[in-house]
Amino acid sequence: MAATLPSVLVTTEWVAQHATDAGVRVVEVDVDTTAYDQGHVPGAAGWNWTTQLCDTLVRDIIPVQKLEQLLGNAGIDNKTTIVLYGDNNNWFAAWAFWQLKIYGHEDVRIMDGGRKKWLAEGRELSTAAPTLPAKTYTARAPDLSLRAFLPEVQTAVSTRKASLVDVRSPQEFTGEILSPPGLPETCQRGGHIPGAKSIPWGKNCNEDGTFKSFDELKSMYSAQGITADQPVIAYCRIGERSSLMWFLLKHLLGFGNVKNYDGSWTEWGNLVGAPVEK
Amino acid sequence: MKPEDYSRRQQELEGWAITIETYKLGDVYHCSVANVDPGARFARADGSTREEAESRALEKAARYLKQTRRFGV
Repeated sequence: MAATLPSVLVTTEWVAQHATDAGVRVVEVDVDTTAYDQGHVPGAAGWNWTTQLCDTLVRDIIPVQKLEQLLGNAGIDNKTTIVLYGDNNNWFAAWAFWQLKIYGHEDVRIMDGGRKKWLAEGRELSTAAPTLPAKTYTARAPDLSLRAFLPEVQTAVSTRKASLVDVRSPQEFTGEILSPPGLPETCQRGGHIPGAKSIPWGKNCNEDGTFKSFDELKSMYSAQGITADQPVIAYCRIGERSSLMWFLLKHLLGFGNVKNYDGSWTEWGNLVGAPVEK
Repeated sequence: MKPEDYSRRQQELEGWAITIETYKLGDVYHCSVANVDPGARFARADGSTREEAESRALEKAARYLKQTRRFGV
């Protein structure tokens, strides 16, 4: 995205220069929750998506009080610039970004290329978890226009008035496998939601983990019939890869009506009687 | 500290394409294994040498990959 770098994306160089600035907080969020301990951006906090960025009782996003506590304890207030990054080209960094936007945080950014690029560039790493004075954080009422729930997806299937985008791998899309190789299966049936288009998330990124250019992305989505004038609902297996797609369409390409269906295939592929295409 | 001796390569394991990423930080070698498609890290290990870290990570990776089922489509 270098030529048209939007304010929501920062480079690794920017992070190297500003990671410890007052008013800036860098946070690592990984698929592999132990990656943070293998070395992280100096000064970065680490959040565990399996325990800290969700409701651990009900399957849901992080509850508001838990979010306020998490951010406050990380030295974040409502005016802090939060810079997120992580492994797997920022899958769960985008998951955190999406939740922070649901709760109305103003200035959230993603480090383009994530952990992969930082490491490949041989940049400084720390194994120390930083401590900052706690702050008070007050979340806004959740903006659920960023999130699709099952009934809305079912309506999209029957009316075809919203584009469904499946960002999983082609093998997951066809039902050849139920989960990415090496990861646990979380569904009873394979395949995809009827009418969904397959645009694997990896098509959005360069080899170094950065996002492709605005023009490349725009033409790729246009060729698939995904345009800004229609609602889009993205999904994957558990909602994190699709939050990366949501981030891209909403904040890099400027689509107005994009939702992340975080129930994703883990919900749909377990529903009794739900239609499935292969 | 800066990571040293960084490497990233692809190979096949249990019939699946994987990426192996290894680097040394301080006295410890860290290795992680990801599937190539979609690119998710699913196994990692540490060791005092590159060989030790990679063999431990690959052992875990092989165990997890054996559990991935393929269905006819």
